[in-house]
Amino acid sequence: MADIRLASVAKHFDGVPALHPLTAHIHDGEFVALLGPSGCGKSTLLRLLAGFEAPSQGSLMIGDTEVANAQSGQAVPPEARNIGFVFQSYALWPHMTVRRNVSYPLEVRGLGKAERIAQTDAALQATGLEKFADRMPSDLSGGQRQRIALARCLVSDPQAVLLDEPLANLDVALRASMQDVFSDFHKRTGATMVYVTHDQAEAMAMADRIAVMFEGRIVQLDTPETLYAQPRSTFVAGFVGEGTVLPINGIERQDNITRARLYGERIAIRTDADHPNQICIRPENINITETGDLRSIVQRSTYLGGRYRLTLQLPNGALLKAESPERYADGRQLGLSIQMPWAFTEA
Amino acid sequence: MIAQKTAKGSRSEDRLLSFVLLIAITVTLTPVLRLFLEGVTAQDRFSLSLMRDVLGQDSTHRALWHSLTTAGLGTLVSVLIGSTFAFLVALTDLRAKAALVFCLMIPMMIPPQITALSWTQIMGPSSVLLKTIGMAPPLGAPQPLYSPAGIILLLGVQHSSIVFLTLRAGLRAIPQEVIEAARISGAKGLRVWWQIIVPLCLPSLAAGIAITFVTALGNFGIPAMLGIPAGYVTLPTLIYQKLAGLGTSVLAEVAVLAMLIGFVAICGILLQRFFQSQQRVHLVGSSSRPLAIALGRARLPIEALLWMIVAVILLLPMLGLLATSLVPAYGVPLRFDTVTLSSWYETLFRQPATSRAFFNSFSLAIGTAVVLIVICLPLAWLMERNPTRLGRLFDALVDLPYALPGVVLAIAMILLLINLPFTDATLYGTIWIIFLAYLARFLTVMFRPIQASIRQLDPAMNEAAQSVGASLWQRLRTIILPLSAPSAAAGTILVFLTAFNELTVSALLWSSGTETLGVMIFNLDDSGETVMASALAMTIVLVVMALMAAIQLSARNLPKGVVPWQT
Ligand SMILES: Nc1ncnc2c1ncn2[C@@H]1O[C@H](COP(=O)(O)OP(=O)(O)O)[C@@H](O)[C@H]1O
Ligand SMILES: [Mg+2]
Repeated sequence: MADIRLASVAKHFDGVPALHPLTAHIHDGEFVALLGPSGCGKSTLLRLLAGFEAPSQGSLMIGDTEVANAQSGQAVPPEARNIGFVFQSYALWPHMTVRRNVSYPLEVRGLGKAERIAQTDAALQATGLEKFADRMPSDLSGGQRQRIALARCLVSDPQAVLLDEPLANLDVALRASMQDVFSDFHKRTGATMVYVTHDQAEAMAMADRIAVMFEGRIVQLDTPETLYAQPRSTFVAGFVGEGTVLPINGIERQDNITRARLYGERIAIRTDADHPNQICIRPENINITETGDLRSIVQRSTYLGGRYRLTLQLPNGALLKAESPERYADGRQLGLSIQMPWAFTEA
Repeated sequence: MIAQKTAKGSRSEDRLLSFVLLIAITVTLTPVLRLFLEGVTAQDRFSLSLMRDVLGQDSTHRALWHSLTTAGLGTLVSVLIGSTFAFLVALTDLRAKAALVFCLMIPMMIPPQITALSWTQIMGPSSVLLKTIGMAPPLGAPQPLYSPAGIILLLGVQHSSIVFLTLRAGLRAIPQEVIEAARISGAKGLRVWWQIIVPLCLPSLAAGIAITFVTALGNFGIPAMLGIPAGYVTLPTLIYQKLAGLGTSVLAEVAVLAMLIGFVAICGILLQRFFQSQQRVHLVGSSSRPLAIALGRARLPIEALLWMIVAVILLLPMLGLLATSLVPAYGVPLRFDTVTLSSWYETLFRQPATSRAFFNSFSLAIGTAVVLIVICLPLAWLMERNPTRLGRLFDALVDLPYALPGVVLAIAMILLLINLPFTDATLYGTIWIIFLAYLARFLTVMFRPIQASIRQLDPAMNEAAQSVGASLWQRLRTIILPLSAPSAAAGTILVFLTAFNELTVSALLWSSGTETLGVMIFNLDDSGETVMASALAMTIVLVVMALMAAIQLSARNLPKGVVPWQT
């Protein structure tokens, strides 16, 4: 296993930037998710790590080896990186049996037969595929195919495992159980994993840290908890957990408590910035009280099971999402108090 | 009211479909049926005695053996050239691929007798080109191409693009991820090629081999030009010699020979269809981005090698042809004081026979294209709209007259039209028999591109027109025709191109006054007028290249699969 270091890595396609220079460190044994909307450059970043693409700028280290350097033009080809890659389309070889698919990386490395069989059997067992070893991939279901792909990349004991939206082709029910397969796999092997997805629930459920990407940049790389509690941009606040972002001003500090003005009302905020100008309001930051200073009108309430989600409109037209154990009629006036929202600075 | 109207609309479509299908089937499939009947009857009764006789003859065995060996080894040559190009073009980062592919396609579009003629102009003792550069062998030395090896080589060159096209289509269907998965597993270079790529494209390679073999088997121009002088007879040339020498009295006999070659061809076609169906392995994944494996430092030498091959199989023979066409008499070396355009002038403007051939080929090509467009447009559209069992059968068989060797179709046409039913009239010896044969043979050349474009049309477009009350005829004219016009235009040019160059069918069907250009080149060369034959051939090559360029330039406006060399 190994860590991965990116030093101002950028990628252009025919002069059009797909990735802006980015620097990051993925620790040994860490599970990092790359999360972002379609087209933001997740696959490009992953393919750079695998060696299918060469960076236009910057350098890339896996473990102690520099595998790509745009300056010197030096690059270790994918076949020499000892990395596992799981494709969205599985990319199994349709002319080989499940067993041969899985044992192929060992075959390529020229391992002895006995050793090859032992390691292949171990990988098949770890993914629960022993029964299907002699079938062809086309005879198996989507979830089983993805497990073959996983077994294939685990068999050669790679330095890191890269996964590009591996669950996107599966139905919802299968996705949940495959998430457990990946999580267990990570726990057992301690492999460094980079997992691309556009589904935030998937990223939250599995990752140690999440890199949120937007338009070719990593906008925030943090643990899921930090990402939710302390977003650092409007994009992250909105993309992760559907926060509402509102502008604030008039920052005052007093006895370790920072206050700001939100539409004229004073509220206490959490922040680590000197001059925050935005707050992210999540449902748990909103208290509905008749005496609340902030007035709002109920636009819609949706039953979520056990609680209601309210869409509230502030006098200036901004919309807020709140949750409440009881239903309120549409058009009803509510008073709100905002409890310690997270504040950040956005240019 | 509305329901009534739709019902009426679809009934008129049904009637039109049956009508057009009937015409198309009559045109394409009855000749083949008629041929089969002739082979198994004697004096109007079922009998296999004639078949036994003909198939027992030594000359038949020899010709069959010659056909199989030249077609088989010629296919091998095609596979060597075609697959080398296909692998390199489809998988690597070669530059100027489009130009390379275009040049590789030209030999396929140049008629085989011109290929043969042009190659004989760069070899042998009387080659003008060799004389000019002082490298001609001494007089009396044999022409090396007048041999089985010469036939094999030229069949191989002529058909390498078929292997190329089918194999490249198969390679393009391989998802990129499948190859990336192999690389990330640690496999590199030739191992990826051998263990992943080759197994996955094997069915399409096999299909390409089968159809190349069938095409080489039916080739008449090359064995006629190279084999007849050497006394080396294949099945198509045997049929030609018998019919040319003895006339229609041997019709029954050559019908059996035609059935024999047709039988071998059908085995090949079935094999090809089998392999084609094997190709549909369930490969998940996108193949959107074409592969471009970096060749690194090997790129320049490989590019040089490929262009050199193109130069040898295309440029050199054309130069030989050009040189021959510019001398006053065959055998004279080309120098500044001998160069002359007199044979061009003679061929194009003086000789009545060549003018007639130009006129005949031109009218035949135009007429065939026009009639086929009238048949194929409604046919393709209606077959797509209401799939019937008859339509499916037709779809499976429509390629047959084109895939079967030309001699088979020619003999079938003679049998069908030598005695028109209920009359004493005959079409044999008139231009109409050639015309009808062309309709049968080239229907699929027009039909497939139009079918491809109509399949890609959104059915809702037609339904929208129907919902606002447009009649069948109005819809055809205002919706379907404009939308499929680009493909129809490409089909027209392709039909024109193939018909304009056609030799095999017309070689058996022509008579004095109805000679085509293909026949004319063959006859001129046969009677020793090699210089005039070369000038005529050069003219045709120029026409072919101009038409191909026209298709190439309009390729961007055409749906996928219409331009044969752009899959
Ligand atoms: N090989 C390529 N050539 C040109 N553009 C590319 C290529 N690969 C990706 N891109 C472009 O880079 C951008 C990022 O793509 P990608 O990394 O696939 O996004 P994601 O995986 O996040 O959906 C897109 O705009 C895409 O069009
Ligand atoms: Mg992607």
